[in-house]
Amino acid sequence: MLDALARFGRHGMAALERFGRAHLLFLQIVAGITSLLPRPGLLVTQTYSVGVRTLVIVTVSGLFVGMVLALQGYYVLSQFAAEDSLGVMVAASLVRELGPVVTALLFAGRAGSALTAEIGLMKATEQLSGLEMMAVDPVRRILTPRFFAGLISMPVLAALFSAIGALGGYFVGVGLLGVDDGAFWSQMQAKIDWNEDVINGVIKSLVFGLVCTWIALFQGYDSVPTSEGVSRATTRTVVHSALAVLVLDFVLTAMMFGE
Amino acid sequence: MSGHSGSAETPIVKIRGLHFAHGSRVIFDGIDIDIPRGRVTAIMGPSGTGKTTLLKLIGGQLRPDAGTIEVDGIDVHRLSRRDLFRLRMRMGMLFQSGALLTDIDVFENVAYPLREHTDLPESMIRVLVLMKLEAVGLRGAHDLMPAELSGGMARRVALARAIALDPMMVMYDEPFTGQDPISMGVLAKLIRRLNDAVQITSVLVSHDVEETSAIADLIYVISGGKVVEQGTPDQLSISTSDQVRQFMRGLPDGPMRFHYEALPLVEELLGSGRKP
Ligand SMILES: Nc1ncnc2c1ncn2[C@@H]1O[C@H](COP(=O)(O)OP(=O)(O)OP(=O)(O)O)[C@@H](O)[C@H]1O
Ligand SMILES: [Mg+2]
Repeated sequence: MLDALARFGRHGMAALERFGRAHLLFLQIVAGITSLLPRPGLLVTQTYSVGVRTLVIVTVSGLFVGMVLALQGYYVLSQFAAEDSLGVMVAASLVRELGPVVTALLFAGRAGSALTAEIGLMKATEQLSGLEMMAVDPVRRILTPRFFAGLISMPVLAALFSAIGALGGYFVGVGLLGVDDGAFWSQMQAKIDWNEDVINGVIKSLVFGLVCTWIALFQGYDSVPTSEGVSRATTRTVVHSALAVLVLDFVLTAMMFGE
Repeated sequence: MSGHSGSAETPIVKIRGLHFAHGSRVIFDGIDIDIPRGRVTAIMGPSGTGKTTLLKLIGGQLRPDAGTIEVDGIDVHRLSRRDLFRLRMRMGMLFQSGALLTDIDVFENVAYPLREHTDLPESMIRVLVLMKLEAVGLRGAHDLMPAELSGGMARRVALARAIALDPMMVMYDEPFTGQDPISMGVLAKLIRRLNDAVQITSVLVSHDVEETSAIADLIYVISGGKVVEQGTPDQLSISTSDQVRQFMRGLPDGPMRFHYEALPLVEELLGSGRKP
């Protein structure tokens, strides 16, 4: 009994310590922006590898999610003879929820895991120590550009997801199910509010981008420098990111639309 | 950039009463080492005694539990991060594994410290990098990626990178491992030449008794957390200490153990002992 308690305490302390380290690292990463500004090239390269390479999976997923939304929405709405509102329904679901959330989950799986593995392997192969000994701060040089690349990429990816999703909804709703073309777009235009829907969606995706990239970088930087350690860290990145995104989504939604 | 602020007599690295443990495993149990300026000093000892750890302590990557390490008159572990980085610009370190950045090619790896710490024009960087690569015999490999190099080649590229900024001191962690006899000879001559021509202090960690004796001015032998002997190669070769004799001649039996601490083999195999 006492043993279990002691073990629980130790795990608790370890977790708390990790939490503290993660926050310290966050501050160091953000402070690194001073050395990032004179070298925008670093940011461009990283935005390419973090953002652009996630494009394909985000667009394909967006298309299918939009198509499914239209299918499901149509059957519900048609019961109330409200098929004309299909455009609003699809767009609102995408912009408010599915765009930011699904993109973040895909981002964690595609870009986050890659970031963790990359940084973890750099640690395991002493590349980070090597930088330190060359008087180069690995946090500023390696982590900071990746962090801001993730922060920039996520809202753009989420917007793209929503846009492609709306098109997917259009194909299914108007093309397949025969919803009126004009009604689909004009209702969407009229009922989607810029502040209420679009800005809130962007805020969500910014928060998710920050958290997912932060988790990925911390897990890589804090990983045990062995193959096994890196593989565990990569798994943790995906799991922690997914949980964080879903919990934060609830909190943010409650704050934004709760009143 | 090789600043020599101290006089030739004061040691460039002065280690006093160094204690260090990895967790509960004591690596250094009070050692004193002086590394003279402008010489080649070798740190030798059996595998796992903490030679790499010692270099990391000197470079400020690890903190001693007790004792001090001064480099060029400065206590490494009392520096702010900024000052530590400034000091590190004057120290080169060759990692045992090479530690090259794997996402850029050989040329860019060697150019890296130059690009980070100087404002030299591209044409100048090109000349410097090719010269350093020529010195380690790998100018022809400048556009290869690190993954395309053998272990020995990677270590030579890392050496070129370590000397890119013309540091006052270079620490070599096992430069000879994985080198064929020809490149081993070339490397040994290179280390000696860097030392004699530009007065770079060299700290050399090695197992290779023969090659090291040939180029070192001074040798420290570490074992069991202590310095067991120090002196010139000639002094060491006639040392009366059992430990040094064993190490220098590569004998399996003697006070130095080849095995990591363990239960007697029979006991462990028969399962009568507790798990170590
Ligand atoms: N991160 C670490 N955590 C715990 N113990 C470590 C760690 N790194 C090294 N050690 C232990 O410290 C001891 C010294 O390691 P070190 O790498 O300095 O040895 P070495 O003298 O360089 O050996 P080699 O000649 O094989 O390179 C080893 O016995 C190792 O078990
Ligand atoms: Mg070693």
